[in-house]
Amino acid sequence: MGSEGEQRILGVLQANQIPYNTSYFEDDRLVVRFTSVDDQIRARDAISDAAPGEYIVALTSASRSPRWLRVIGLKPMALGLDLRGGVHFMYEVDMAAAIEQTLQRLAQDVRTQLRKERIQYQAVTVRGESVEVLLRPGASVDAARRVIQGDDPTIILTESQIDGATQLVATLSPERIKQRQDLAIEQNVTTLRNRIDELGVSEPIVARQGLDRIVVQLPGVQDPNQAIRVLGATATVEFRLVDEANNPYEAQQTKRVPVGSKLYMTREGAPVLLKREIIASGDQLTDAISGWSEGRPAVHVTLDSRAGQAMLKTTTENLGRRMAVVYKETKRLEEGERCNGIRSGNQCTVEEVISVATIQGVFSNRFQITGLMASEANELALLLRAGSLATPIFLVEQRTVGPTLGQDNIKAGMMALAIGAVLTFAFLAVYYRTFGMVANVVLICNVILLVALMSLLQAALTLPGIAGIVLTIGMAADANILIYERMREELRNGNSPHAAIQAGFDKAFSAIADANITTLIAGIALFAFGTGPIKGFAVTLVLGIFTSLFTAIMCSRVFIDAIWGRRRHLKTLPV
Amino acid sequence: MEFFKRTPNIDFIGKRHYTYVLTAILLAASILLLAVRGLNFGIDFTGGVVVEVSYPGVADHDKARAALAAAGFEDAQVQSFGSSRDLMVRVLPPEGEDVNQVGARIQEALRADEPQVVVRRTELVGPQVGRDLTEQGGLALLFTFLGILAYVAFRFEKKMATGTVLAAIHDPILILGFFAATQMTFDLSVLAAILAVIGYSINDSVVIFDRVREVLLGTRKNISTKDMLNLAVNQTLSRTVMTSFSTLFVVVALYVFGGETLKGFSAAIIVGVIVGTYSSIFIAAALAYDFKLKPQDLIAAKKSDPELDALP
Repeated sequence: MGSEGEQRILGVLQANQIPYNTSYFEDDRLVVRFTSVDDQIRARDAISDAAPGEYIVALTSASRSPRWLRVIGLKPMALGLDLRGGVHFMYEVDMAAAIEQTLQRLAQDVRTQLRKERIQYQAVTVRGESVEVLLRPGASVDAARRVIQGDDPTIILTESQIDGATQLVATLSPERIKQRQDLAIEQNVTTLRNRIDELGVSEPIVARQGLDRIVVQLPGVQDPNQAIRVLGATATVEFRLVDEANNPYEAQQTKRVPVGSKLYMTREGAPVLLKREIIASGDQLTDAISGWSEGRPAVHVTLDSRAGQAMLKTTTENLGRRMAVVYKETKRLEEGERCNGIRSGNQCTVEEVISVATIQGVFSNRFQITGLMASEANELALLLRAGSLATPIFLVEQRTVGPTLGQDNIKAGMMALAIGAVLTFAFLAVYYRTFGMVANVVLICNVILLVALMSLLQAALTLPGIAGIVLTIGMAADANILIYERMREELRNGNSPHAAIQAGFDKAFSAIADANITTLIAGIALFAFGTGPIKGFAVTLVLGIFTSLFTAIMCSRVFIDAIWGRRRHLKTLPV
Repeated sequence: MEFFKRTPNIDFIGKRHYTYVLTAILLAASILLLAVRGLNFGIDFTGGVVVEVSYPGVADHDKARAALAAAGFEDAQVQSFGSSRDLMVRVLPPEGEDVNQVGARIQEALRADEPQVVVRRTELVGPQVGRDLTEQGGLALLFTFLGILAYVAFRFEKKMATGTVLAAIHDPILILGFFAATQMTFDLSVLAAILAVIGYSINDSVVIFDRVREVLLGTRKNISTKDMLNLAVNQTLSRTVMTSFSTLFVVVALYVFGGETLKGFSAAIIVGVIVGTYSSIFIAAALAYDFKLKPQDLIAAKKSDPELDALP
């Protein structure tokens, strides 16, 4: 996105008479600010009409808090999706497929190894959650055991006899299964995060939920379908040799690629020729971690044994030559959407060379890629992991809130809050007179404290969360009512006003504490088992109880003691 | 201003048989309604698709229904949502079809019928997720009950505790009966409201029993259980009623001004506060009496409670 693009976009806005405040660049994105949500939406529609599919437009809200507050580090209240507008996706990871994948890979490895060691076997099959190896009679069982077990403590071997032949059954230990599950989730979370960057959403949330689910929240995104397609792209990596014999720039210029090679572009935009043969691909990559090697940043790569053998052969024959890693991403296109890569039907495949390195030694399935800076190493490792065959994920829940609805929800919530508060204040003032006014001040302190606490914790405010604040006002009044009713009763029984104040606070305390604890239990249960907006409600409920307790007991007492407690001759209490 | 200028002297325990009958009728009616009409579960529990749309003019239910039926959704529920321009379309999860596709098709159908329609909100919940949310909701309910039971048993003598918890169970049943009768959508926020109400209703009972303990400690002479309980309830009556009022004020404000999505939630709380107050005043203490609560039970409990010793 350059200044040319900026001119174009601004031109579209002007042509449609949509007023905007400012526009500026952030990274390689153009940010345009508007005063109202309506202008924002009109702008988005105008841009997608004028240049369909060319740009990804995300709507978001920017904070209007004064600079000095932001400089200190204070942030405005976090808003939930139902107040901001945006999309919420929940993906389920196909754990069964992940385990199946691991077992198939194990079976393949076992076959390769047994053949290499010349151990005769009848069949290697995957059944249920284990790999069954049926050896031929006469084959060395101990050798087979060694081959299958390797030095892997997470494989459990059991032996049995079937029709005179030995059968070894290899199962994955529970730790291994859990490891695989965690890896499946982590891979997908990484992949999703990368793709979300592509969408240009600010403050996205990608997180694991439970054992096998991932939650993705994208505030401001209006077109869930576009988001789904971008997130649902499949990626893989390929290891290939560089074609040293020919000149890539020449091939790029003349558009003639030599036989047996293919032209690619690196991320920096330079052309490179790679041989067609794939040495190893993403589904054979088991791990890629960034780290250090001999004091320099490196990426440690681990492949499975079959790829390891291919790598061994290639490196032995090609010492000193270069090898490259290609990153391929395929996604489904919509009507009229442009493809930046190769198009086939309604699929668009983008291929990029992410690493070109010289083969400096002979290696098989474990090696390091060096010659990078630390940040590059991190990114390469990330991309390699994203491209290794990730476990399939399914979209199981989707919620979208449009921006107008978000605004309406805020208005409705605030209105209910204001009116509820006014009613409560009026009631307290009328029924409990001056002490009622004290209660009102305390209630206001309560709400301020609650909002401050939520902003500090950056707990997201949702519409049920606002309802929770409204409820807190009603319930906080309860604590004050308890105290005042007690005072009235003491006065009725003939006690002096001073004694009545004391008694009111002391005796009411245990009832207040008890009463709030039960609501607290309900709030905690809701927080533990609730999701989304309900969690927002649970948060305000629980925090509200704490602030109510604090303000009702401490603040009321301080106020009342300060004003009336000091007066010597108190005839009656204005309660 | 004071509604209760003097401590009232209503014989709650004596008149308890009338309230038992009333309660029994209400409970039976609720259970009957639940069995016969059932609850109108939201898609949080059943899975499915909900699309909220806004039309430039007045929304035409029948046209929308026809457009949906033409697209293959004969069973789609179409209802008003807030203003006359808004509609809510609801479709249950079809067997084997992907909810995401269903959602897209519904939006297409509505747009084909009226191109200017604006989609304000969509919710698509897969059937498995619906089941999971139902399970989570059930667990939350269970956890709340057990937690409160444990707390009340620990804090109060067991007959009082039983009375309190029974009164607390009676509240959600009546709220559910209300929802079965009105067929308002029962979704996760309504469940959250019910949980909040349970906690809140126990409040009242706790305050009353706290006062029972205090009454007992304060009187020198031998007081009968009936008088002790009656006194406690009467003394706390003004506080109980006033608290309910203050909460009702805010929740009614929520119901009227809080927007359509909160209507089920606020209705549940309104019903819950009314029913909860009723159960705390009339049922909790009466049940304790019928479980043959005696002052001696409380004195025995008193011996092991340091907090009571701290009271003047």
